[in-house]
Amino acid sequence: MSQASVTAAGRLAGHGEAAHAHHHPTSLGIPNQKLATWLFIASESMFFASLITTYMVFRYRSVVGPHPDEVVNIPLTTVSTFILLMSSLTMALGVSAAHRGEMRAVGKYLALTILGGLGFLVIQFYEWWHLAHDFGLTWRTNIFGSVFYILTGFHKAHVIFGMLWLSVIAISSFRGTLRKEHAVNVDVAGLYWHFVDVVWIVIFTLVFLLTEAGV
Amino acid sequence: MEKAHQVQPTTRDYLKVGFWLFVLTVLEVAAIYIEALRPALAAVLVGLSVLKFLLVAMFFMHLKYDSRIYTGFFAFGMILAVLIGLAVTVIIL
Repeated sequence: MSQASVTAAGRLAGHGEAAHAHHHPTSLGIPNQKLATWLFIASESMFFASLITTYMVFRYRSVVGPHPDEVVNIPLTTVSTFILLMSSLTMALGVSAAHRGEMRAVGKYLALTILGGLGFLVIQFYEWWHLAHDFGLTWRTNIFGSVFYILTGFHKAHVIFGMLWLSVIAISSFRGTLRKEHAVNVDVAGLYWHFVDVVWIVIFTLVFLLTEAGV
Repeated sequence: MEKAHQVQPTTRDYLKVGFWLFVLTVLEVAAIYIEALRPALAAVLVGLSVLKFLLVAMFFMHLKYDSRIYTGFFAFGMILAVLIGLAVTVIIL
C-alpha cells in the first residue's frame, strides 16, 4: 500500500482503525470481515424492525385471549435480560483479550458468554413452556400468540447461532490454534453477539415493559 | 498513532459499562411500579432503553473508537429499520 493510500485510509478509517491500517491492505484500511459484518447487522436491523413492528401492531388485535397484559412475566424476563447483558460484557472482555494476544483468556471469556446465552435460553424456553402450559398460549391460539412466538423465536434462533459460532472459536482457543492474527474473527463474532443483545434491549422494553405499564 | 492506542477501552471501562447497564435495567423495571411516572412512562422506558442501546453500541461494539464508516453503515441500517417500521404500520393500519 502506498504512503498516500495509507494516509487516505487512515483519514477514512478513524483513530482506532487508523493505527492498524497497515495491517489491513484494503482500499479503506479496515478489515473486510468487519465491514461485511456491519453490513449484515444493518440488514438484520431491518429484519427485526419488521418483526417488532408487526408485533406492536397486532398484539392487541386478538379476538380471543389470552392478551399480552395477562401473561407478561417481568421478574423472570428481567433476570434473563440481565444475564444476556452480562454475557455481552464477557464477550467484550474476550474481544479485548484477543487484541492483546491473550488467546487462552479468550476461550475462558467466550465460555462464560456461551454460559450466559444458555442461561438466557433456559429462562426464555421456561417462559414459553409456562405460557403454553398455564395460559394455553401457543402460536396458533390467537394473533398475539403468533406474533409473540415468531418475534421471540427468531431472537432465540439468533442466540443459538451465536452460541454455536462462539463455541467454535472457544474450542479453537482451548486447543491453542487461535492466534493473535485471528483477533478480527473474535471481533466479528463479538459484534454479532452484541447485536443480538441490543435487539433484546428493544424487545424487552417494547414487548414486556410497555405491556406491563399498560402502554 | 500512540494517542490512537490510548483511547482504546480498558477492562475497567467495560466493567463500568456493565455496571451502568445493570443500573439502567433496574431503573426500567422500577419505573413501571412508580405511580408518579405514569403520564410519561412510555417516554421514560424508551429513553432508558435508548441509553442501554447506545452504551452497548458505543463501547461493547466499539463504535466510539472504530472507523466512522461502521457507524455510517449502522446508522443507515437503523434509519432504514425505522422507515420499514413506519411503512409496515401504515400498510397494516
